[in-house]
Amino acid sequence: MDLIQKELLEQVADLHGVPAGAYNIRANGKSAARNTTANVDIVSKEDVQGIDIIIKPGTKQESVHIPVVMSQSGLTDMVYNDFHIGEDCDIVIVAGCGIHNGGDSMSKHDGVHTFYVGKNSKVRYVEKHYGSGEGTGERVMNPETVIHMEENSSFYMDTVQIRGVDSTNRVTTADLKAGAKLEISEKLMTHGKQEARTAFTVDLDGEGSSANVVSRSVARGESFQDFRAKINGNTACAGHSECDAIIMDDARVVATPELEANNIDAELIHEAAIGKIAGEQLIKLMTLGLTEAEAEEMIISGFLK
Amino acid sequence: MLELKNISYKVEGDKEILDDVCLTVDERFVAITGPNGSGKSTLAKIIAGIIKPTSGRIFLDGEDITDMSITERANIGISYAFQQPVHFKGLKVKDLISTASGRTMTVREICDVLSEVGLCARDYVDRELNGSLSGGELKRIEIAMIRARATKLSVFDEPEAGIDLWSFQSLIHVFEELHEKTEGSILIISHQERILEIADKIVVINGGKIEKIGRGEEIIPGLLYKSAGCSKISH
Repeated sequence: MDLIQKELLEQVADLHGVPAGAYNIRANGKSAARNTTANVDIVSKEDVQGIDIIIKPGTKQESVHIPVVMSQSGLTDMVYNDFHIGEDCDIVIVAGCGIHNGGDSMSKHDGVHTFYVGKNSKVRYVEKHYGSGEGTGERVMNPETVIHMEENSSFYMDTVQIRGVDSTNRVTTADLKAGAKLEISEKLMTHGKQEARTAFTVDLDGEGSSANVVSRSVARGESFQDFRAKINGNTACAGHSECDAIIMDDARVVATPELEANNIDAELIHEAAIGKIAGEQLIKLMTLGLTEAEAEEMIISGFLK
Repeated sequence: MLELKNISYKVEGDKEILDDVCLTVDERFVAITGPNGSGKSTLAKIIAGIIKPTSGRIFLDGEDITDMSITERANIGISYAFQQPVHFKGLKVKDLISTASGRTMTVREICDVLSEVGLCARDYVDRELNGSLSGGELKRIEIAMIRARATKLSVFDEPEAGIDLWSFQSLIHVFEELHEKTEGSILIISHQERILEIADKIVVINGGKIEKIGRGEEIIPGLLYKSAGCSKISH
């Protein structure tokens, strides 16, 4: 890997070298490095681009890193990664995509990640998206996440996109069986003329299942964000979605939370708030000696922390 | 030393919120009191630079600071504690106290400041400054920020407002300690007799004007007499 790819790797996966445990690093549309362990197997797909990650039942305290880095301008990449997680696992999966576009043609990475989470398994899934490069070519990422959850499994998804992605369409769908628990935290910042669309659809199918979808975003410059979250309560279950956006400059934000209760015992809540940084917050930090611009940065970085 | 020279503040319709206020603050602990709507909070905001006076000049140690911004005033030694502490999503108590001090503080130093305002430090350093904290806790953290700054002049706008009686008892103790330890001047807006009692000087503002300035023993009996008079009228 070259220096740019190494830097991208650091940004999206906090990796300063080869990670411990299982990994598959994809660089410029090709697999660049791979490691499997006794419990985690990684196999290339034959019909399409992508990999199958097979995690044996009972695997605990292991991690899988599957970052993607692109430094070649004009490249279009589309992958399908399937995660087969056995029963009673406790694992961390770190994905993420970094694009450096130094040229003037569009670089695009689309990925579909499908998770099959076995009974009683616990998964923490971390995904970061990052773009850099001085070229005029657009940096486009369209991640799709599909989560199928078996009984009493839990899935924590942490998704972050803070810099440099010009256009993104993020689609996440999940279906939950009895006792399954889904938590999603999204942090998003757009600037310039960027566009980010996010759509979550969660089906609470099993009794006692629960979902909590929380999105915090900052829209600056002339950027545009569209947030949609739909929770369907099909049984006795609990669902909560929250969208909290700070709007700045000439940005635009649309938030469309949607709830559908198909059962009398479905308890569903949504909250959505869009607003500029409160004047009082700026004044407070200025009375502590910060300039207005420093105060703004501190408020935003805290909000997205 | 803070000097306010002929400070007036008018709002639309020529309503005079402050009218030709002249005041010097050189003592260690000065209290401003007066009825609601008399202009006390406006005066505090004018000192912090949040509101620009319509006329008059402000001096700190002889330097004219009237045209300085909030940030410039903060950096030359003015601190201001809000009457209603501000919430911040995602910012933690330690972030704000450290920012207040203007340097990177160790957790130990942050804990010391929190302990001074009567908070058990380890329960608070990592808490977010949001609605999950009670009014009394937020008030103490607000005071802790001012302590961390340790500037020439600290202005407190009704630190007792919105605090229950139990918390208030210990808050008084915090101010008694501040009075003992502080090296700069404290200017505090308050209605509380116990805070007025520890002040070196009391300023009474009414209808945007300074009505009286004096020591506690000269001023407090008059204030008490006045409120007794009001209750007679209501009979």
